Amino acid sequence: MSRQTPGRSKGLNGWLLSTPALILLLLAASGPLLIVAVYSVLEKGDYSGVRWILSGEGWFRVLFEKDIFDQTISLADANLSIFWRSFKLSIATTVITFAFGLPTAWFIATRPAKSRAFWLFLITIPFWTNLLIRTFAIMEVIRNQGILNTFLMHFGLISEPIQILYTDTAVLMGMTYVYLPLMVLPLYAAIDRFDFRLIEAGYDLYASRWQVLRGVILPIIKPGIIAGCILVFIPSLGAYVTPRVLGGGKNMMIGNFIELQFGQGQNWPLGAALSTVLLLVVLVSLLVYTRASSRDNPNG
Amino acid sequence: MAKRRAFDVTTLPGFTTIAILAFVLLYAPIVTLVIYSFNGGNSVNQWGGFSLQWYAIAAQNEAVQDATARSLIIAVWASVISTTVATMAALGTTRRGKFKGQTIIYVIINQPLMVPEIVTAVSLLIFFSSVKVATGYSGLGYLILAHSAFCIPFAYLPIKARLEGMDTTMETAAADLYATPWQSFRYVTLPLLLPGVIAGAMLAFIISLDNVIITEFVKSAGQDTLPTYMLGQLRRALTPEVNAISTALLGLTVLILTLFVFVTKKRD
Repeated sequence: MSRQTPGRSKGLNGWLLSTPALILLLLAASGPLLIVAVYSVLEKGDYSGVRWILSGEGWFRVLFEKDIFDQTISLADANLSIFWRSFKLSIATTVITFAFGLPTAWFIATRPAKSRAFWLFLITIPFWTNLLIRTFAIMEVIRNQGILNTFLMHFGLISEPIQILYTDTAVLMGMTYVYLPLMVLPLYAAIDRFDFRLIEAGYDLYASRWQVLRGVILPIIKPGIIAGCILVFIPSLGAYVTPRVLGGGKNMMIGNFIELQFGQGQNWPLGAALSTVLLLVVLVSLLVYTRASSRDNPNG
Repeated sequence: MAKRRAFDVTTLPGFTTIAILAFVLLYAPIVTLVIYSFNGGNSVNQWGGFSLQWYAIAAQNEAVQDATARSLIIAVWASVISTTVATMAALGTTRRGKFKGQTIIYVIINQPLMVPEIVTAVSLLIFFSSVKVATGYSGLGYLILAHSAFCIPFAYLPIKARLEGMDTTMETAAADLYATPWQSFRYVTLPLLLPGVIAGAMLAFIISLDNVIITEFVKSAGQDTLPTYMLGQLRRALTPEVNAISTALLGLTVLILTLFVFVTKKRD
């Protein structure tokens, strides 16, 4: 596909042309990540920042706490509950967005070519819309005087507003809402390439609809499913804005917990260690993704 | 492929219903937000007739004016810088066969898409805070630098897509007619590539304009952008003013996206 063009290959070099972009990225994206890793093994400064002394305290504090008086070591329950909440909410978000995302992507991909672009555009608008605006929009809906409660009360389904805002449910609803397009787009890309004659073949062989879905469609669009799940799971796990706005400070997730260490908590090494943990989880997810997508090479 | 047949094999039970429900759920909150931005009442809870008063209030608010100006300055700089370097990188990494280290370049360019934003934000906070102490400079430069960096993959992808879809015969023809590499780039490649470059710049502009987390961590005191201003407002009582700002931003996003679709449309 990529034929060498005589005039260009001589003077211009791939690395040389990429250098300005790489310098910018190393300076303001990739490089500072290494500093975080270094800060995680330094001693905490008096108010904020660090002292340049090697210390395992930051990493230790990720999981454990030491009693101030008798120095007994115990598991840091507060931290564990934050990790558990982040993990639980991220998995739930991934599952729910998949449950909505698969039919939505399927619906778009099976529209006639002309209207398909329109439906796809409808998914793209929320995708590119400010996350804060979308979080804010869902907040308007679920707050006590919002349309959801007003609606339910109007029809006598409830007698007083349900407190949804500032609960885990609110965070889950918000994340599902803001990350749904991230699930739909890769699923759509996979279904769009899907050969619908295979379904016909399945039916010809007396497969039920369920068997066709399980045995034909899902295995073939698996790379898209994995891509969608990773694309939703990673930002969910690192979510900051949505839990901050909808969780109301109490229902923290890892992202907010990290921020706390650089703000009021004034424990930069702990914050750096937590960031490194998050980074490692992402790295592992991406490796799983690369493995999975290279193993079942999509057949087109 | 997906043509409708007498027996439509593409229909799966319940899928259409769930899909329609998903679209409704996706748009209901946004539509509510837009409608309530035109609320004539003083409270967010009651509809007080159609009015543009909250737009007027937002437009007269000096903090909003400053934040808007700052957001636009940063977004323009970030999209110009990121698009320029992304175009160069796309030219370097596309259509010239595999070369050593190409994967590394891809990984670094796409890294902002993979790393959770909060981690990047924290790392920039650490890095820039020591740079600020060392240099004494605390202007908008840090925000422009950070935005330029995370906008690169968004600018890079449409440019790369455009390049990959482009025929190389034109450049070969130019070279055959003794065009220098620069001439064939300037008069052949660049004009053909332009829609991709514009599309990339638009995406970078939106991404910069919308950024919350990294901006929140990198900004110095008094450097609020529109999104961080709104985030700050959410701590206090809800006012329809934020709805008005949100709707304005939303309108801008839809406008740019429409232009984007128009620009990237295949003309053949």
